[in-house]
Amino acid sequence: MAEVTRNALRGALTLALVVAVGFGILLGLRALGAERIAAHERDAARRALAALLPAGVDNDVEADRVAVTAPAWLGTAAPMAVRRARGAGALRGLLVEAVAPDGYSGDIRLLVGVDAAGTVLGVRVLEHRETPGLGDAIDGARSGWITQFAGRSLGDPAPSRWRVEREGGDFDQLAGATVSARAVIDAVRRTLQFIEAHGAALAAAEPGERLHFSDAPPPADGGMP
Amino acid sequence: MTTPPDARGILEHGLWSGNPALVQLLGLCPLLAVSGTLVSALGLGLATVLALTCTNAAVAALRRATGRDVRIPVFITVIACVVTAIELAMRAFLPALHAGLGLFIPLIVTNCALLARAEAFASRHDPARAALDGFAVGLGFLLVLLTLGGLREAVGHGTVFAGAGALLGLPQLEWTLLPGYRGFLLASLPVGAFFLLALLVAARQRWQARRAAASARSRRAESSGETEWPQ
Repeated sequence: MAEVTRNALRGALTLALVVAVGFGILLGLRALGAERIAAHERDAARRALAALLPAGVDNDVEADRVAVTAPAWLGTAAPMAVRRARGAGALRGLLVEAVAPDGYSGDIRLLVGVDAAGTVLGVRVLEHRETPGLGDAIDGARSGWITQFAGRSLGDPAPSRWRVEREGGDFDQLAGATVSARAVIDAVRRTLQFIEAHGAALAAAEPGERLHFSDAPPPADGGMP
Repeated sequence: MTTPPDARGILEHGLWSGNPALVQLLGLCPLLAVSGTLVSALGLGLATVLALTCTNAAVAALRRATGRDVRIPVFITVIACVVTAIELAMRAFLPALHAGLGLFIPLIVTNCALLARAEAFASRHDPARAALDGFAVGLGFLLVLLTLGGLREAVGHGTVFAGAGALLGLPQLEWTLLPGYRGFLLASLPVGAFFLLALLVAARQRWQARRAAASARSRRAESSGETEWPQ
């Protein structure tokens, strides 16, 4: 065999070996940590949930949940958890997991709490990959930006004003990170519109039920007064 | 082969004469994007020190097995594996640290300083020296990040260490320099980071030029002294 061929083969083998070993190490590490990672994520979600619950809730919110597939409303084709908070048998609020698919760097996963009257109890960012120092200000741990949604509803402001100030809306933009801010504002608005359109069905479904919604929200700038 | 550099030389090179940000101008993408505040600068800097030390050691350990032709793809694979492993391990075992540094780890892969050190140093030296080199270069990067982050945060937002409570659990570090300061957007944006980095590079060059001139003068004085004295 020519020396050139032998060298090329040797190089290819080295590379294949390094890739295989590296892949193996990563797979092993992932298997080793998968359970802990999932547990940490559940913890974080539970903390976010507890912070958003309205007063006077007496049911097990974690158990009283449905899996909702509503791509046009919740920003993802995957089933999302909607938890129902009840007190004395009456609905006190819905805790909806939603995705803002149009962030600057991948999906932003949100938890939106809405009370029975359609007013936002609060919004929390569960997961995101926005740029540190700019877009990560959407995260409640980095800035207070996310708290501006609490107490707002579809009538306050009107859907056409659910946008950043620069575009004639009522919400703070983030300097240097308008894309992240816009994505979260849109996702919260869509979630509110989803509850307005389908809230009754969400509240009435049996725990553990799977719901599918294939309709879509009205466009944001639909000329509403 | 020349004699391997000693620890002092490696540290001096990483921190000053071969500083990745001020001299080699490597890793500008994360440097400019993430130096908006001191806290994020510290986060990225620490993640870089950790990753660079580990990748350099791993590359050095594999240096004899790596053929010349495939070394670059091998280095890239090793770097990607080590950085991913760091993120996985941090997520599983140090969730609090991951909550603070997690966002920065994927950015490390965009830092070409890692590949540069693998090729220029780690592939030619033993793992201990390579790890020290990674640490030194990472530390040099961290110091420039902190300088940029501190200046940009103070000018852009009028604060020092804002968000330290969330990332480090040290809210007492947070300062507001001027209450009611409206901020200066240019400093917060990457454009401002470019200007500031240029100023830092220029300041370093000037200092370097002055020192060179001073040592040339003293050499001239010495040599002229030597030629004059015996006469």
